[in-house]
Amino acid sequence: MIDILKATAAKIDEEKDYLTELDNEIADGDHGVNMAKGFNAVVAKLDAMSGKDIGSLLKTTGMTLVSTVGGSAGPLYGTAYMKAGSVLSGKNEMDEKDLVAAMEAAIGGIQMRGKATTGEKTMLDSLCPAYDALKSGVEAGEDMKTALTKAVEAAETGVEYTKTIKATKGRASYIGDRSIGHQDPGATSALYILQVLLDNI
Amino acid sequence: MVGVVIVSHSQTLAEGVVELAKLMASDAHIVAAGGLDDGGLGTSFEKISNAIDEVYSDDGVAVLMDMGSAVMTTEMVIESMEGRKILMLDGPVVEGGVVVALEASLGTPLEELQEKVDEARDTKKIEK
Repeated sequence: MIDILKATAAKIDEEKDYLTELDNEIADGDHGVNMAKGFNAVVAKLDAMSGKDIGSLLKTTGMTLVSTVGGSAGPLYGTAYMKAGSVLSGKNEMDEKDLVAAMEAAIGGIQMRGKATTGEKTMLDSLCPAYDALKSGVEAGEDMKTALTKAVEAAETGVEYTKTIKATKGRASYIGDRSIGHQDPGATSALYILQVLLDNI
Repeated sequence: MVGVVIVSHSQTLAEGVVELAKLMASDAHIVAAGGLDDGGLGTSFEKISNAIDEVYSDDGVAVLMDMGSAVMTTEMVIESMEGRKILMLDGPVVEGGVVVALEASLGTPLEELQEKVDEARDTKKIEK
């Protein structure tokens, strides 16, 4: 899990300018920089945490994001990681059923914190279809890699879908219809997190 | 006296609201929690926690926030302080901040402050 979190931080850092550019088009242009700052702070804590269970790692990640990101992604991703951490508390390995449960808790946390649902041009528009694909794959008996591959594809479709809809949550909702045609940065960063997970299991 | 915390993405905005409120209520326990720890734009969990601690008493603390992460981060700070008397107020930060500081300094209890903010929101500045 430490490797996955480090790889996530590296991916976010690599894409921070692109995420910021996406955010600039529709909102306050801080998403990439804020996320990179948060995940770099997470990386700084990870080395001291080797040997800890997955739950503790994810909870620390969440708490660090809340206190370092600064924008809405902080409380949203922070809550998501903390909720996923609670589900995986005490575990040193994660099977496909654990992943489904963790992702369900993470999405529940984002919905609770952001009072948001799908179709509002947010990170939920890539996360929710990804979760649905993952869950049905696992229920159909697929292994983690197969189910997660489908989840990432669903998230990619979700990111494309955000271009077609108007933002009704978050800062981008201030520009209303003018947000149509632009890809949501939160949905995009959520896709990166899932891609890194797939590449590292 | 109820303590008051102004949360904004901008440190100067939060401090400005405190400055303005103090003009009306110089003895109010009102503090700013604006911007990030490095002074940049955003909301800081730590700054909000410290601000609440600074003005906390048994009478409680009222928090007014600007938007987005200001609201969500404040929510998380309050959840981390379980059992304490802290209330988020929904309304305009400038007008609400002034009214809440004034009311708090006059001894209005925490439970009645939202109503005062609602009145501040509904007050027309330009008569037609």
